[in-house]
Amino acid sequence: MADTGMLNAAAAVTQPLRGTLAAGPRGPKPKNKFSRSNIIIYGTLFVVALYYALPLYVMIVTSLKGLPEIRMGNIFAPPLEVTFQPWVKAWQEACTGINCDGLSRGFWNSVRILIPSVILSVAIASVNGYALSMWKFKGSEVFFTILMIGAFIPYQVMLYPIVILLREAGLYGSLTGLVLVHVAFGMPINTLLFRNYFASIPEELFKAARVDGAGFWAIFFKIILPMSLPICVVALIIQVTGIWNDFLFGVTYISSPDRYPMTVQLNNIVNSVQGVKEYNVNMAATLLTGLVPLVIYFASGKLFVRGIAAGAVKG
Amino acid sequence: MTIQNASVSIKNLDLSFGAVKVLQNLNLDIGDGEFLVLLGSSGCGKSTLLNVIAGLLEPTDGQIWIKDKNVTWAEPSERGIGMVFQSYALYPQMTVEGNLTFGLKNAKVPKAEIAKRVARAAEILQIEPLLKRKPGALSGGQRQRVAIGRALVRDVEVFLFDEPLSNLDAKLRADLRVELKRLHNNLKNTMIYVTHDQVEAMTLADRIAIMKGGKIMQLGTPAEIYGKPQNLYVADFIGSPSMTFFDGTVDGNIMRIPGHDLPLGRYEFTSQPAPGTPAIIGVRPEHVMTGDNLRSAPYTTVVEIDLVEPMGSDTLVYCKFGGQTMRVRMDGQAQVAVGDRLTIGIDPAAASLFDKTTEVRL
Amino acid sequence: MTTTDIGPNTGPRETVRRPSRFLRNLSPKIAMLPLIFTACVVFLGGTLWTVLYSFTKSGLLPRLSWVGLDQYERLWSSRKWIVSIENLALYGICSLIGTLVIGFTLAALLDRKIRGEAVFRSIFLYPFALSFIVTGLVWQWILNPELGLQNVVREWGWTSFTFDPLNNPEIVMFGLLIAGLWQGTGLIMCIMLAGLRGIDEDIWKAARVDGIGTVKTYIRVIIPMMRPVFVTSLVLIAAGIVKLYDLVVAQTSGGPGISSEVPAKYVMTAMFGGQNLGQGFAASSMMLLMVVIILIPWAYLEFGGKKHG
Repeated sequence: MADTGMLNAAAAVTQPLRGTLAAGPRGPKPKNKFSRSNIIIYGTLFVVALYYALPLYVMIVTSLKGLPEIRMGNIFAPPLEVTFQPWVKAWQEACTGINCDGLSRGFWNSVRILIPSVILSVAIASVNGYALSMWKFKGSEVFFTILMIGAFIPYQVMLYPIVILLREAGLYGSLTGLVLVHVAFGMPINTLLFRNYFASIPEELFKAARVDGAGFWAIFFKIILPMSLPICVVALIIQVTGIWNDFLFGVTYISSPDRYPMTVQLNNIVNSVQGVKEYNVNMAATLLTGLVPLVIYFASGKLFVRGIAAGAVKG
Repeated sequence: MTIQNASVSIKNLDLSFGAVKVLQNLNLDIGDGEFLVLLGSSGCGKSTLLNVIAGLLEPTDGQIWIKDKNVTWAEPSERGIGMVFQSYALYPQMTVEGNLTFGLKNAKVPKAEIAKRVARAAEILQIEPLLKRKPGALSGGQRQRVAIGRALVRDVEVFLFDEPLSNLDAKLRADLRVELKRLHNNLKNTMIYVTHDQVEAMTLADRIAIMKGGKIMQLGTPAEIYGKPQNLYVADFIGSPSMTFFDGTVDGNIMRIPGHDLPLGRYEFTSQPAPGTPAIIGVRPEHVMTGDNLRSAPYTTVVEIDLVEPMGSDTLVYCKFGGQTMRVRMDGQAQVAVGDRLTIGIDPAAASLFDKTTEVRL
Repeated sequence: MTTTDIGPNTGPRETVRRPSRFLRNLSPKIAMLPLIFTACVVFLGGTLWTVLYSFTKSGLLPRLSWVGLDQYERLWSSRKWIVSIENLALYGICSLIGTLVIGFTLAALLDRKIRGEAVFRSIFLYPFALSFIVTGLVWQWILNPELGLQNVVREWGWTSFTFDPLNNPEIVMFGLLIAGLWQGTGLIMCIMLAGLRGIDEDIWKAARVDGIGTVKTYIRVIIPMMRPVFVTSLVLIAAGIVKLYDLVVAQTSGGPGISSEVPAKYVMTAMFGGQNLGQGFAASSMMLLMVVIILIPWAYLEFGGKKHG
């Protein structure tokens, strides 16, 4: 069937990443440690690594400098005098419009959005994946196909109808509404992830549980869920980084600046036209916003690679 | 054989996936305490049939009766069956004990009763020391014992086995086979056992049902299946190495194959064919007589040896006969070499004759 | 011996009716209700709704007063939309080629049994963890003409050095591209690396026995073998390009002037800024069309052939 084929192709994106990165390199082995080709390889990698590492470095050093030092100095130079004032200011005092209570407000908004969204997403997606892989019924694949095609539709197409749906439900502008939007848009990739993972569980295990008299929920909670910790972590990573980094939904479905998530508030702080540009505060704020996904990235290692590769399908 | 006390009855069972007919109008009665083996190559429908009996697949049409109850639409757990799977299908996060008791807890069996049944199963299968371990810490053989134990504690009439020994290495497989046979002798439960391994089928079964394309090709005791295959498929499927087949015609008591007229002598015809009927005769390699046995052979001839395969216990000899390469099983001690001339004897009474067009036994 | 049915002779012969297919296994259906709602109402329903209303005169509020293709005509006569499309095309082509080339090159370099592969990989990939807002803001700062990169190079002595893309309408898209590539190439590198690792090592031995050079082996043997990986990467990159929005908002806000506008931003402005819903619907429907145009050849390539083969 063409429809399931497409989904599998999407899944195929993540599949090769599972084991193969752990496998050894396949390319030809350089002969000599200091051969010309080796110097070229390491040289290129080093220069490119500079390009990738530089922005993080710039963010850090800028955020630790005083404004006068920035104005006269070199953007790449380490701070002559380290100050944490920009961080404090970004967190507590930075202004968006009339509010001057810093990025902390956005941070806590993001946390309040993140936690229920992630829990709900993973819960729903795991049940979906389980039902789709082990309790197929007439039409289940059709619904799934529609869901997966939906993942490729530009969000802009669905933004306004969702405004109407949320308004009808009385949730437009609220954090709850945004949570539901995140759950809906996180559903395709996470469902796909769980479905493919559950499909790799031997069918006989499921059969054995049925012979043992376990029903839909008993099999899910007692057999399947205890086996799905790794995939839950991957889904968690996708959702945490995806939701934390979201800007579009936050700006669309939150009506009051009090409730803006961190990314939206960050953009408003940095790109506000009033006042003196405080580059050090801006970079501290930027770094603060990037901190959550960065910590997840460096802490989760290989699982993150699996997660984002799957998440990339989401666009 | 008529089954008066059927333990499991399958009536007019049909199963189709779309246009593909997986099971076709199957009828089968399995007696109380009988060990029935469903044998066939992959895709013949044997596992599908077992899954339908277990209630894991819904039939398109027909009925399943277990112990005088129509269970066609009953849940697997309500059918009074226990099932053992090829991949063991043990719940990885539970201990052995947890695996054994999961079904009983679902059925809300009292605690004391659970403990009693687990103790009994553990004793029968000698897995007491393993009860607190997780399946991951067990060997393949131990896992399969636990899987059998899981069926055992259910205290059911009917055991279903889906290729339970296929994932084990050859030696362990032989050991567990013997244990299964012993288990059946002791428990006397009805057992339905799916396998593609004819040695397992021959050694374990009271009766074997050979399946192909969703149909039963022959149902009978191992001896019947081996000695009197009812059709060409069964004749070719059973026996390793398999029969050599010769095309020819039957004329009364003579089977004419290219270059040879074999006297049929004491062959027991199912139905005497008309003279000149095109037929196929199948001869098992072990039924070709050599050496001292030749004296009792109704027909002897001399052939030249093409190829010799020594297999230790016996030696397989290939030679040209009747326009075919015929396999002859000789003693492992036989001193033969390629190019040697060998006198062989054929007793058609031990052979099988089939109608060439219907492929049914004559 | 008989294989015919005689059935149990004793016991009740109850007739059990086949239970209703729908009521059987009701739990999975109930469990999937959120999915069914999301798929059918939000995704399918929402898309159809937007396409439908793109043919109406909706302004501040959606209204079902048909105007045919008026909204589309207005859209395509809008200077801002044309610029958006041109920008997207430019950014798209450069980003597609850039990401594929850089992604593959980095993957190939990392695949050559180098030391510290994990470190390099972490460095190349971490930007992908960051949001486009963070990406846009940090590059906005680095490309700041007075205090950023340009200033540093001038201080080093190259006083005539000029690189100020964010204030130059001619090259502003390249300013975005630098940031976009920084953020997105790591992922493609990872996918490419996985693809390279999936290739049988014997291929390299065979190429060596045949005396084919390394670069030539990559171009003639390895890349053709990695076709599926390239196609997947292509789809991922393309789908991301169409959605390009956050980066522009953070880095340039569409400026200078309208010179870095993109379709997604046009939609957002029309819908939520300009109270011009009809334009927003028409523009987003055009975005949908773009995705369809990208996806259909891919779906055909991927699945059309296999169906017959």
